[in-house]
Amino acid sequence: MITPARPPARRSAARLGAGIATLALVATGCGGGGGAGAGSAPGKVTSITALDYYTDQTEHAQWGELLAACGGTVGVTVEQTSVPGASLIPNVLQQASSRTLPDLLMLDNPDLQQIAQTGALTPLDQYGIDSSGFAKGILSASTYDGKLYGLAPDVNTIALFYNKDMLAKAGVAVPRTWAELKAGAARLTRPGRYGMAVDANATFEGTWQFLPFLWSNGGDEKQLATPQAAQALQLWVDLVKSGSMSKSVLNWTQSDVSDQFVAGRTAMMINGPWRISALNEAKNLHWGVAPIPVPQAGQNPVTPLGGEVWTVPQSASKARQEKAAQVLACLNDSANMLALAKQHFTVPSRSAVAAQYAEQVPSMAAFVQSVEAARARTGELGVKWPQAATGIYTAIQYALTGEQTPEEALQHAQQIATSP
Amino acid sequence: MSTGHRAVARARFRESLARWLFIAPAAVYLLLFFGYPIVKNIVMSFQQYTITTFYTGAPPFVGLQNYSTILSSDLFSKALLTTVLFTAGSIVGQFVLGLAFALFFQRSFPLGQVLRSLLLLPWLLPLVASGTTWRWMLDSDTGVVNAALRVLHLLPSGVPWLTGTSQALVSVTLINIWVGIPFTTTILYGGLQDIPTHLYEAAKLDGAGPVTTFRHVTWPLLRPVVSVVLVLGTVYTVKVLDIILVVTGGGPADATETVATQSYELSFQQFEFGRGAAMSNVLFVISLASAMVYLRANRRAQNA
Repeated sequence: MITPARPPARRSAARLGAGIATLALVATGCGGGGGAGAGSAPGKVTSITALDYYTDQTEHAQWGELLAACGGTVGVTVEQTSVPGASLIPNVLQQASSRTLPDLLMLDNPDLQQIAQTGALTPLDQYGIDSSGFAKGILSASTYDGKLYGLAPDVNTIALFYNKDMLAKAGVAVPRTWAELKAGAARLTRPGRYGMAVDANATFEGTWQFLPFLWSNGGDEKQLATPQAAQALQLWVDLVKSGSMSKSVLNWTQSDVSDQFVAGRTAMMINGPWRISALNEAKNLHWGVAPIPVPQAGQNPVTPLGGEVWTVPQSASKARQEKAAQVLACLNDSANMLALAKQHFTVPSRSAVAAQYAEQVPSMAAFVQSVEAARARTGELGVKWPQAATGIYTAIQYALTGEQTPEEALQHAQQIATSP
Repeated sequence: MSTGHRAVARARFRESLARWLFIAPAAVYLLLFFGYPIVKNIVMSFQQYTITTFYTGAPPFVGLQNYSTILSSDLFSKALLTTVLFTAGSIVGQFVLGLAFALFFQRSFPLGQVLRSLLLLPWLLPLVASGTTWRWMLDSDTGVVNAALRVLHLLPSGVPWLTGTSQALVSVTLINIWVGIPFTTTILYGGLQDIPTHLYEAAKLDGAGPVTTFRHVTWPLLRPVVSVVLVLGTVYTVKVLDIILVVTGGGPADATETVATQSYELSFQQFEFGRGAAMSNVLFVISLASAMVYLRANRRAQNA
């Protein structure tokens, strides 16, 4: 096994452009006689690495610019690498075992606690990073064992998208309660078109889409076999049984749902703001967005918090960690989070900035409102969350196929969530 | 005298060294790329190998705990049954259709060559691409299969190909049969070509009809090829992952969850690498056992 200290030392030496002779000196720990580039003084780090999953060309470029700008303010260049979302964690695991983690690492927020548990990340308090004013949800997702390990400049959540023309034609008002949703979806359903669409896939995405219904009704992932959870699941079952929602939701991903919406095959859908740019490309589609309907009028929806957090992994070089932390702080400053939110239709994670944003971009108000009360998926269960999430999507699948009643399905889910 | 002796010894040594050197590349390759992963997988299945392990590099030894956890879960017996049904259905379907095609193409007729090469198409397509296409075609609302059933007034309500718990397994099995036909046909066709034509002529002279000819000439001579097709087919089918993942993702409600998809999900979605390894070892034993059973049965049949 490679010792933790060696690869980074070798890597940084190579970056500094030093020759093999210097490499040997650094490796043996006597870099005193090196030229201007060698040595380990904190000010001498000239470049750091960053890893994220922004593989979309535009997104990659936008993040690349921001990383470069932030790097510039602290005097380093940032080498950005983007891998597809599904291979980020496998990649991180490989790098963790070979001690080649990047200096700056982006993680999807529900993954942070699991990675922090391994010991591969450094707590941010040691760098004096200001985490005041951030929405509670994102801080709870980024905290493991009482310590903060990451910060997200912008966050998102899901909401109800609707086709304005279809609702107007059918004389349906934007539903605000579950009863209105059921009635509205039924009235919007025509041959070749459904009233409503969700992602009820047997993946964490299916769980994520169900959470607003579970949480807004007072359900909780710690105890899934409750009447509140069963009522929420019953709502989805009713939508499918009445024919207002296709049974194919069992296989749809969020992007499938969005495709159905764009193709006019569903009048309403649950989805996130990352679909907005795709929706805007459809010229004849007039869409609106509203908070997810709640059980009773006047309640506030509780939605799950989405978004990516930036972390500083362990490395042999304190100097590089410091630089990475400075770049992380820069990504999370108010001006940058506002710019990112505008670029990606997300919500700035500092509440004060979010309020300012809602004024500037009124179409995002539904999301700003939801994010304020949004809950982190790992907020309660921490590293046990994936098991509960598996239980939830399994329950959705069993209930929607009619294999089990919602109550039975949730009993089963509870077993999965608490199995060793 | 003694120098001559030494020369002989040296020559012998050199000869055996040369022999080993010829074997060495293959041996090293096998050890590195087959031996190591298998041993590592077996070791892993006795360890609590999780995300944390990657950083700490020290997985705790847990004995048979991974095996007892996966074997006692209620999903395992269901997945095992699904694996058996999926494999048996695929093999029977592939074999019957593949043999029919092979016999059909054995006659020469216009365009026979072209049609035979078209039959290879499913084999040439990337599985993810054909799986995705099947998923679209079998969609309950917008898929072309249900649309055709409606137009023909066969089933106005359509079939929930991928959303019904009993239909989904049939659907993935049918798709897998479609994928497997080229392989079966190609090998069986090759086997049929090897049967000497004079045997058929002799059978004809003896007044044998097509059925009798098949039973007494074709089938006995095709047997070795049949056993190859069945054993390879079983081993391939037991571990099918891509088709199921793309078409149904193991759903709906775990209806198409097999031992292979379970193993994949444990390792690469839940990051329980220890349990995933245990599950894949179970899979390994299943395919090994099915191969052994068939080979033994075949040997007995040949000896009899």
